[in-house]
Amino acid sequence: MGITGLFLISFLMVHCFLNSLIFINDGGETFNLGAEFMAKNWLIRAMEIVLFGGLLWHIIQAAILTRENKKARPVAYAASNPSANSKWYSRSMGLLGTILLIFLIIHLRHFWVVSRFTDEITSGRETLFNEMKEVFSQLWVVILYCLAMVSLGYHLLHGFKSAFQTLGWNHVKYNAIIEKTGVIISIVLPVLFAAMPIAIYMGLIK
Amino acid sequence: MSGNMNLTLKVWRQKNNNAEGKLVNYQVKDISPDMSFLEMMDVLNEQLIVKGDEPIAFDHDCREGICGMCSLYINGRPHGPKDRVTTCQLHMRSFEDGQTITIEPWRAAPFPIVKDLAVNRSAFDRIIASGGYVSVNTGNAQDANSLPIGKEDADLSFAAAACIGCGACVAACKNASAMLFVSAKVSQLALLPQGQPERYLRVHNMVAKMDEEGFGNCTNTGACEAECPKGISLSNIARMNRDYFVAGFASDN
Repeated sequence: MGITGLFLISFLMVHCFLNSLIFINDGGETFNLGAEFMAKNWLIRAMEIVLFGGLLWHIIQAAILTRENKKARPVAYAASNPSANSKWYSRSMGLLGTILLIFLIIHLRHFWVVSRFTDEITSGRETLFNEMKEVFSQLWVVILYCLAMVSLGYHLLHGFKSAFQTLGWNHVKYNAIIEKTGVIISIVLPVLFAAMPIAIYMGLIK
Repeated sequence: MSGNMNLTLKVWRQKNNNAEGKLVNYQVKDISPDMSFLEMMDVLNEQLIVKGDEPIAFDHDCREGICGMCSLYINGRPHGPKDRVTTCQLHMRSFEDGQTITIEPWRAAPFPIVKDLAVNRSAFDRIIASGGYVSVNTGNAQDANSLPIGKEDADLSFAAAACIGCGACVAACKNASAMLFVSAKVSQLALLPQGQPERYLRVHNMVAKMDEEGFGNCTNTGACEAECPKGISLSNIARMNRDYFVAGFASDN
């Protein structure tokens, strides 16, 4: 889970950087340039397959582990006080992940399917930036994306440092850096991602 | 010893491993706040014996917090509401007069219930038997400094060796994982020169045994460390993971 998790975070960083190009506010010119590069570069295309593989493996591992963990405690406690010893989001990774998966299916339908399986964008009739403006003109979409990003934030808040612990990368010299980096990533990435639909919906991006 | 505390206890009663269990309500009166939790249980058991009822079975031995025999999941936490204490060192002053206290056994598939609150923790013994030792006799105490060991490593090893094997880590973990226990037993030897020859075989075998016994997986919630009466550190789990990777990639086993 640790390796696939960190791999997925590395994807999120690239994704977030490229999409943040819309904030240049140049009518999507730079953003479309970036999108075109990502669409036509063979290395990126190959990585897309690896990415889906990584995501799938992350989900399969989670399903297997959850099943085993449920089996390890067949009888639940009558009185339980888990908040006394751990954070709620560290115990709710499955729930947060499921919310993200549902979001992801809708998100892929919004953009990935359109750009990969229709000729809307390849034919030049439409740009990905215009597609974005169209999708984010719907209020329910904006709300859904924002809620999903709250999920992402908490998922990363536990996931980032947890990955390092799982991989055994624990050292008094680096623990503080790992912890702080995790907090920064889990705030910056979701906030930037959520800012995109909000800004477009509010008409701040022309 | 008597006092002024009146309590309602909800205690898990179960005849044996195959029988159905349930929570049963009991009232105890005139409990002294200076009693230990187990002394309060003794008072309840004496009441039950006088009435001709079956006394409640619970594990205990040294009653001074070092043997690891006592257990009890009290009001949703292993070893009760205080940090860094075992149930036997928990005192009734940590509770309030009139309070309801729910007392349950450790819940984990590898810890089957023997009776009432007593569970069988032999799974831990079998994990130790799978590699938690040094195979050779290390002889009498050496002359000072004939076996140089860094102060930091000695301290870390000693801290890991403080584990009393009570199983609170398993009881606290939402996945009933035994990673903190196993990592303490792996680490105490991995940090010392005497533990080196069997270091990677040991971690490999102990983790395999832990999985075979049916303990859950570690999702790093940190509940074990927070509830451990001996303060065993999560860094032991990271060390074990590290050694396990090395065992998988670079050792012969």
